[in-house]
Formats: sequence, C-alpha cells, structure tokens
Amino acid sequence: MSKLKLNLGPQHPSTHGVLRLILELDGEKIISCEPDVGYLHRGMEKMAEKLTYIQYLPLVDRIDYLAGFFYSELLCRTVEKALEIELSPRVKAIRVLLLELNRIASHLLWIGAFLMDLGAVSPFFYAFREREIILQYFEKISGQRMMNNYFVFGGVRRDIGYLEDVENFLKILPDKVNDYEKLITENPIFLQRTKGKGVLDKKTAFNFAITGVNLRASGVSLDFRKGDYLYKDFEFTPVVLEEGDSWARYKARVMEIRESAKIAAQALEILKREKSIEQTLINPLTLKLPEGEYFQEIEAPRGLASIYVKSTGDSKPYRLKWRTGSYYSVNLLRKILKGAYLNDAIAISGSLDIILPEVDK
Amino acid sequence: MNYLYFLYIEFLAKHNIPQLFGDITFYVIPCCIIFAALLIVVLALVLFERKLLGWFTQRKGPNRVGFWGLLQTLADAFKLLCKENITPKGADRFLFNLAPIIIFVPVMVALGLIPYSSEFTFMNFQTNLLIFIVIGAMPVLSILLAGWASNNKYSLFGAMRSVSQILAYELPIAFVILSVAVLASSLNLSQITLAQSSAKGIFGWFGIPCFIGFVIMFICVIAELNRCPFDLPEAESELICGYNTEYSGMRFAIFYLSEYALLFANALLLAVLFLGGYLSPFGKYLSPMIFPPEIGSILVYFEQAFWLFAKSFLIIFVIIWIRATLPRLAAFDLLKFSWACLLPLSILNLFLMVILKYLTGGGYV
Repeated sequence: MSKLKLNLGPQHPSTHGVLRLILELDGEKIISCEPDVGYLHRGMEKMAEKLTYIQYLPLVDRIDYLAGFFYSELLCRTVEKALEIELSPRVKAIRVLLLELNRIASHLLWIGAFLMDLGAVSPFFYAFREREIILQYFEKISGQRMMNNYFVFGGVRRDIGYLEDVENFLKILPDKVNDYEKLITENPIFLQRTKGKGVLDKKTAFNFAITGVNLRASGVSLDFRKGDYLYKDFEFTPVVLEEGDSWARYKARVMEIRESAKIAAQALEILKREKSIEQTLINPLTLKLPEGEYFQEIEAPRGLASIYVKSTGDSKPYRLKWRTGSYYSVNLLRKILKGAYLNDAIAISGSLDIILPEVDK
Repeated sequence: MNYLYFLYIEFLAKHNIPQLFGDITFYVIPCCIIFAALLIVVLALVLFERKLLGWFTQRKGPNRVGFWGLLQTLADAFKLLCKENITPKGADRFLFNLAPIIIFVPVMVALGLIPYSSEFTFMNFQTNLLIFIVIGAMPVLSILLAGWASNNKYSLFGAMRSVSQILAYELPIAFVILSVAVLASSLNLSQITLAQSSAKGIFGWFGIPCFIGFVIMFICVIAELNRCPFDLPEAESELICGYNTEYSGMRFAIFYLSEYALLFANALLLAVLFLGGYLSPFGKYLSPMIFPPEIGSILVYFEQAFWLFAKSFLIIFVIIWIRATLPRLAAFDLLKFSWACLLPLSILNLFLMVILKYLTGGGYV
C-alpha cells in the first residue's frame, strides 16, 4: 500500500482561516490526520499580562471575530463578579439581546460557509443577506460591525436604541430560516453528503471535551446558558439531537437560530418594559482586581468559552487563560477524519464550525 | 450547403472573380464564421452565467465595465493576457504547455459538426453524431495531461477524478445516442433534425418519445462538463481548482474559455438531438409570414439559427440554475449514480425506443 502525504492548508479555501492538516492518504481515503495550529497566534494571553483591564478589553473581541460579544462579556463579567457589582435588568437584557443576535449572526455565517464547502453557492449569499441586517444593527449601536467593544465593566458603553430594527428582523427571520431549510435540509445530495458522515458518539465527545452545538447534536443536553445568571429569567429549551453526524450538527444550528430568536424576542420585551438604564460604571483607571483567582464561563456559538484570571491585586492580571470551543474541535479532527474520504473530510471539518483565530488566540 | 455554394459562386461570377477562388474560399469562410461566433458566444456565456448567478443569489452580477457589464469578460480576458505565465518547479514543461492547446481543438471541430440551419453545416458526414461524441470526450486527455504535468497533488487528484467520471458517464451517453439514431434511422445530425420535423411543432421532437433519454443525456452532459453538482474534478473547496490549479495567465484563460465553449457545444448537441435543432417550435417558420418572400426566404436560415441558439441557451440556463441550487455530490455516489442508475436506465430506454420504432412501423414522425 502506497501512502500519499497531502498538505491541506494553511492556504486552502475551506480550512476557514489558516489551519494546516497533514493528511496521509490511501487513494482518497484518509489514514491519518495531524492538525497543525498556531499560524494565527497573536499572544492574546501574554498580552493580557502587560495591559490593564481596560486596555485589554478591545482586544478580546478579536479572539473570535464572529462572536466578539461573548468574549467581552466574559472579561466584563469577571471584573463585575470580582468587584461584586449588580447589573440592572435593562443592562442584563441588552447583553442577552446582543449575545443572542451575535449567536444568530455566527450560525448564519456557518450555514453559508458549510454549504460552500459542500459546493452549493447560493445559501452563502442568502445567509449573508440576513447576517448583514444584524451587522448593520451592531454598527448603529456601537459604531463597529464586528469588533464592537460595546460592553464595559459594569454595563454597556451607551444605552441601546433602534429597537424597531431588531423587531423587524426577528419578524422576518423565521421565514428566511424556513427558506434555507426548504433549499437545504431535505435535499437528497445534501443528505447523502451529511447523513451518517463524521459520526461523533457521546463517549468520544466527552473524551475530547467537545461542547456547544457539536455536543448537543450528539445527544447530550448540556447548555451552559441554563444556570447562567444572565439567562435566569428567560425561557428556552436547549436543542438536543441524537444522531451526532454532520446533518445533526447542521440541523441543531438551524434550530438554535430559531431558539436564539425567541430569547432575543424576550429580551426585547424586557427592554420595552424597563426604560431606565442604571449603571454603576467602574473607573477603569483605578481598576484593580482583588488578589485571587477568578473563573467565568459562557455558552459561545462554538462551544463553552471560559476565562481564568489570577490577580495579585495589581491593575494588570498576573495570568489570564482562555478556553475556546474550536480548539477542542480541531483536536477532534485527528480522530473523526480517520477512514473518511477526502471530500467527506472537508464536509466533516466544516460541520464542526472551526474558527481559527479562536483556536490560535 | 449546395444551395449556399451556388449562391456564392453566382455572386463571384457577377464580379468577374474566377470560380477557383470561390472553390477554395468557400470552405474557409465557415471556419472563420464559427471561430468568430465561438469567441463571441463564449464571452457572452461567461457574462450570462455570472449575471444569472448574481440574480440567483440576490446580487447584481457584473455591472461596472461597459454598459450593463457587457465588457466585463473582455476586461477579464485582457487582464489574464497581461499576467505572467508561471510554470511550476518540477513540472513537465512540454506537456504542461501542450495541455491548453489540446483542449481547444476538439471544441472547434465539434462545433463544425452541428447543423446551424438547413443549409449550413460546416462538416456534413454520414456519422456526424459519432464523430461528435468521440471528439467531445477528447478534452479529458488535456485535463489528464494538465493534472499530471503540473506536479501538484491537488491537480493530480482532479485529473484522476475527471477521468473516472468521464469513463462512467460516456457509456450512458452512447446508449442514449443509439436510441436517438434508432428513432431517426440515421447518425447524421442534419437528418436527425429533419426526422423531428412535423406540422405539430414541439410534438415531433425526440425529447417527447425519448424523454428518459433526454434526462439521462442532460445529466451526463453536466457530468462531462465537470459542472455542479458533478464538479468534483475542480471542486474549489476541496481541490482548490483541480487540474488547473497551477495554470496562470493566458493558459488558464484558454482552459476557462474552452470549458464554456464545450458547454455551448454540448448544449447545441442536446438541442439538435432532443429539441428539434433548428426547427421552429410552431411547426412553421415565422419569417416568410412576416417579411416579403424574397427577403423571407433568406431570413429563414437566420431564423433557424436563432431557434437553435435559443434552445441551447435555454439548456444552458437550466444548467446554471442547477449550479446555483445544488451542493456537490461525493466521489463515490457520483460513480455509483452512473453505473447503478443511469446505465441500466439508458439501456432500458434503448429497448423502449426500438419497440416504439417497431410499433410505429418504419419511421417515427
């Protein structure tokens, strides 16, 4: 048996960034896969040790540029919990609304990119059309489309507005998602490419520390939004599917878009009710975290995201560590791609929703 | 063709030009016409596809260069012309340069075989259809050469996939054209077109009795052209660009253009075999009814060419529509689909056509 070594990436259209996979092939069958990460390493964690908290805050959006709100929320939350600051209901609702809109935008982009990996061109543009509405809304409220830097320690940078935009968007979104589903979900070629491909069973998922949608598509009901203090007053059901294949991961994301839209609608209700914004903003210049270790976690679009901060009572953290979902998904490729064919490999790695800046940090 | 020949000789005689000149140039003129038409059609096709894809995906498509983006393809071709030709390290220089040349020749020959109107077929042989099929499969040789000579693993994968794909999809095509030949009692494309003529217009076309064959051939043509959903040889999300990954500048442009030229040639063939070729869908031609007879009798040939082009553009439209809608098949499903589904169906279709021919006694009209 002769083996062929194929270098997939770092410059490859469907590795979604700069991921390098060293594949050993027999024909088109993959014998082994060795992911090589680090091409996008920016030293996010080391930088934190040299910067004050407020200086570091704009940077954390860039850990995952598709879900920036989640990471700034984590850093803000760490500071708020450490200084024991209570958020007012309106601020909480604003944060939930923006987080869920961000989740929808991230999943929409994933649907487009995944279908692009499978060779369908149109869904990419359809998904981007809806994502554009969200990004334009973000631009209206924060001045930025992606790296928003909108959450600050103790609240948000300024009060939210243009709620009718969100209302209109949430009104049209279910129809648009129905459109995608009509085009994609029952398409025989799509089913052939995804059903039973890249099956991730519960045990492997636990062993590789997979979280988020990828885990829930394998039949584990683990959603960190349940038990999150922001989401305490919101009603939603975590999406759980049993199959664990690429198709289930697709379906779970589509269902999660609908679920997120419901949460966002609830947040909108609260925002209409609670008109006054009361914030106890922290003066960032004198901000010092008390000595100790802090840990916070949140359900990001690509799995559990968490932050660990060790402070010595200084204005800068002594050590800061991020945990991101994609990093573990990349590691999973080693196992899940073995025995798959080359063109299925692209579909499988696409279905895991890997974002490289999040992996390399 | 004879009629046009006499017209031409008569025209020359009026201006005192010797007949020998006419005898020689008469066969050169169609060559030039086809080549010029091919270039224009291909440039138009690229724009057509990009515009349509734009509309399918809620964009505007090219709309900056020239009025309504009409000059976009020309601008692209010019840009490619200006670019550097790079031959990768370790590539087989001779074969690498040979591949783009080889791919363009068969397309030109194939286009010469099509009857554009009742009087205009550049090469009219008794076995036009067979020659077309043989010539039409030649570009795979160029693809294989390109993939092999590039010294790139992705190109090689693309080339290998392409060969296995064409092998799988040529067989059903052979059975389908056999059934058409049975219906028309001929392998000559002009006679196949004539066999479809009837006063009932559309209902005389072979696309109706031989509908299964039409669908099979349509699918096979898409596969042969390496277009979505069968675009595995150049799957951009897997193999980057397949066999033409390493090509740049004009060599890439030739691959690109010949792809569209092949698309056009195959659409023409489909139109001739199943949609009545140059025949009018109304059963009779419109130009003699609209214009006075002396102009109308000439315009009829242009009308015939118009119908043929309209039909083939309709087919191309459907192919682009499919590209905008469907994801790509997996390599194994692709081969399975041909060997296990299309091939038996096409054989069944052949039997049905033979029975039909037998029952209708002699000629299906």
